[in-house]
Amino acid sequence: MVSNDFSSDGKSNRKKMSSKIVIAGGFGAGKTTLVSSVSEIPPVTTEAVMTEASIGHDDTSITPDKKTTTVAMDFGRITIDDELVMYMFGTPGQARFWFMWDDLVRGAVGAVVVVDCRRLADSFDAVDYFETNKRIPYIVALNRFEGRLEYTTEQVREALEVSPEVPIIDFDARHRGSGGEVLKTLLRYALEHNRAGETVA
Amino acid sequence: MSFRRRRSNRVRPFTFTGGRTRSRHPLMVQTLVSTSEPGQEPPGTLMPESIKIYRLCRETRSLAEVSAELNIPLGVTQVLVSDLAEQDLVYIHPTITGSSPSENQVLERALRGLERLFQ
Repeated sequence: MVSNDFSSDGKSNRKKMSSKIVIAGGFGAGKTTLVSSVSEIPPVTTEAVMTEASIGHDDTSITPDKKTTTVAMDFGRITIDDELVMYMFGTPGQARFWFMWDDLVRGAVGAVVVVDCRRLADSFDAVDYFETNKRIPYIVALNRFEGRLEYTTEQVREALEVSPEVPIIDFDARHRGSGGEVLKTLLRYALEHNRAGETVA
Repeated sequence: MSFRRRRSNRVRPFTFTGGRTRSRHPLMVQTLVSTSEPGQEPPGTLMPESIKIYRLCRETRSLAEVSAELNIPLGVTQVLVSDLAEQDLVYIHPTITGSSPSENQVLERALRGLERLFQ
């Protein structure tokens, strides 16, 4: 039984901490399906009001009419142990919300780009974002629809211009175990990433 | 006419925040918040939304959960929680970003946890 109350023991709950994984990908690629298959709670939707003019620069004189957009995000939760909670946040699917990703990606342990093999091009924006920013480790997860994959992982790597070191795995977003495998792959990669950074330092 | 009336009834989010749009504490969507003294009633000087947050966070919750449960946009929730933290009414928990090697121990714990949960 999963309780919403993972605290209520007074000050000792101050030890509790959290982390975040970002789930990105094209519209309809299976982001929310992945979040719901691994989450201990049904995915929750929250709304963020974004002011487009405030993104990137604060000079509002160029754009005197600030546009506000409401963006919906889905998220799920996994309680790792008494002190550690992990949240998974789905990025808004539409490419025109790319400006939101910076806010969402900040402070994430890593990201998963979910790719629908039948519509590779739809996930290009997401891959491009993580390849260009290089701020957090990311992996690519090919969502297997009806059990078949149209392309090999290497074809996908080439088509989406994914760096050679980035893991690409295939999975089924509807299956909990398969979704869990994706998260484990991301964490192993993030750890390798950190250890490599440590050696250099 | 009816459209205009509906619009005027709407409360704009920044009315709650006194026009402030940035919070002073590093609060991310996943950051956990809990009421400092869960047994105490919120001070009567707080705004209704802040009172709701104070009560809700008697059980630890992430900023995103507070926003979703109270139906307050994320940015507004961020500012209100930050103000509560400024007054020591809520505690803001540490957030693990994994960006420094010193956090590797926690990442390893997370991985072991996932291995246990998804066998």
